[in-house]
Amino acid sequence: MIKPVGVIMELENGMVKDANMGMITLARQKDTILYALTMDGPAGAMKEKLSAFGISNIIEIKLAEDLRHNPDVRAKAVMEVVKKFNLSAVFGLSTARGKDLLPRIAALLGSPLVMDCFHVDLEKNMAETSRYSGKTLARIKVTGPVPVFGIRPNAKEPVREQASAGIIQFDAGSIVSKQLRVVKTSETGKGSKISLAEAEVIISGGRGMKNKENFILLSQCAEKLNAAVGASRVAVDSGWVPYAMQVGQTGEKVSPKVYIACGISGSIQHFAGMKTSGMVIAVNLDETAAIMSNCDYYAVADALEIIPELTKILGKS
Amino acid sequence: MQIFVCVKHVPDSAVHIHIIDNHHIDENIGFLINPYDEHAVTEAVRIRDAHPGSEVIAVCLGKQDAEKTLRSAMAMGADRGILIQSEKYHDSIETALALKTAIEHDGSPVLIFTGKESIDDQGMQTQFRMGALFDFPVATNVVRLEILSDKALVDTEFSGGVVNTYEMTLPCIIGAGRGLNTPKYPTFPDIMKSKKKPVQTLLFSDLKIQTPAARMEVVELIPHLQKRQPRALTGNAVETAQKILHILKHEAKVL
Repeated sequence: MIKPVGVIMELENGMVKDANMGMITLARQKDTILYALTMDGPAGAMKEKLSAFGISNIIEIKLAEDLRHNPDVRAKAVMEVVKKFNLSAVFGLSTARGKDLLPRIAALLGSPLVMDCFHVDLEKNMAETSRYSGKTLARIKVTGPVPVFGIRPNAKEPVREQASAGIIQFDAGSIVSKQLRVVKTSETGKGSKISLAEAEVIISGGRGMKNKENFILLSQCAEKLNAAVGASRVAVDSGWVPYAMQVGQTGEKVSPKVYIACGISGSIQHFAGMKTSGMVIAVNLDETAAIMSNCDYYAVADALEIIPELTKILGKS
Repeated sequence: MQIFVCVKHVPDSAVHIHIIDNHHIDENIGFLINPYDEHAVTEAVRIRDAHPGSEVIAVCLGKQDAEKTLRSAMAMGADRGILIQSEKYHDSIETALALKTAIEHDGSPVLIFTGKESIDDQGMQTQFRMGALFDFPVATNVVRLEILSDKALVDTEFSGGVVNTYEMTLPCIIGAGRGLNTPKYPTFPDIMKSKKKPVQTLLFSDLKIQTPAARMEVVELIPHLQKRQPRALTGNAVETAQKILHILKHEAKVL
């Protein structure tokens, strides 16, 4: 039987984020027909890109202009689309926005939900995620109508498959929220410009960074690497960087291709947040730090000397 | 006003997790109040103190041992506790039903707090499930909360330093994030006082909750092992930086 599956697109500055392509690849399974759902922009602009990854239909959901950013309205609109197109499952990214949207959709639909999945098997209704803050992997069986899956960004390498996406307009302009209103959206200027959850490269600092000012060295290097800047709990609790930058058990869980740990000892709680990284490079003066025996490359050195050198040669190359 | 705080008894973040029979963990380890719930309790107590005549009730679904987490919440200032006792594991859907039923039995909530997620299941959804059951608005990863006469103003934090300010009608549900406040750890007198505060125990089975149609069931737990083989990068700062650059370019291929 053909399963119509909805994949919610996350956009940034009007563009479909790259992380969506891995999610689409994961959703593309035996007997599925994929519907991309967009609430943030004209489907025409993304038709070519989405067709190349096997999307059959793009549903352009038109929300009332002043309610476009309201998570309650967005969740209700997705619910309407699920009903109208008889979708059998919904995928979305397990990003900060996804964490504010996908549970709302699952709660409205009375559906099972697994967040932060790195694999989903639609035939067996099985999702793989982490539990105990990354200390274990878990296979979770979902039962019930229209399961919702939050997909960890970078969990799957995007694979192309050519299709020709049709465009369907869906008017959701009458959906309102009586209970929740978005007063404003502001940029605090805090935190990394590139989202930690989606970055391909993360450069993170810990106790060895010694102070707030030294984190600028990481930002300068990150700019050259197109990387996000993260931090350990020590750096956050010392007030050097905001909470939003924390990687670990009580911070972001990340899976970049490369994680560069600078002056981070590598506590069990820190590992919980970054152990799914592709490659870990540790720079630490303390040869006995836990991270040095649990990484791919290590340098017994002062990150405050190595990182500026790296920035310098990146600038030249 | 009545302020409820849902707290969870979770394995201490510093312990190693051992898996037994493929889908359970060895529970013979330290359990503590979920770290995000400490922010929830702290905020609930702050709001109570600003609104005379209010009380804070901590609610927990768990085994008998979970009373310790209720005592922690009371040591941090909650007035009393409700333990919904169950020896079984419950997913977020059943948990939300149990919490809702117990809260309704007890009174009329104006605010319900949870942590933004638990560090064991990381389901990130119980607050939203409760919201749908009560028909209350929900905000999660809340880093600032202001209670006005008939509404709540909240700041919720997203990645990249983006903050959304939501206005919600009361009653509402707040998923506490780490930036909300700095929990004050209880003093010895606080702990002694918390021992005298009342805890009501309800049995999960007495709540007569109908088995929901939707379910999430852990069928297998697999230890997340590290298989990394560390290799040393040696040389002076310039040489080490050059080696890192080479790895980024040719091995990781991110440049």
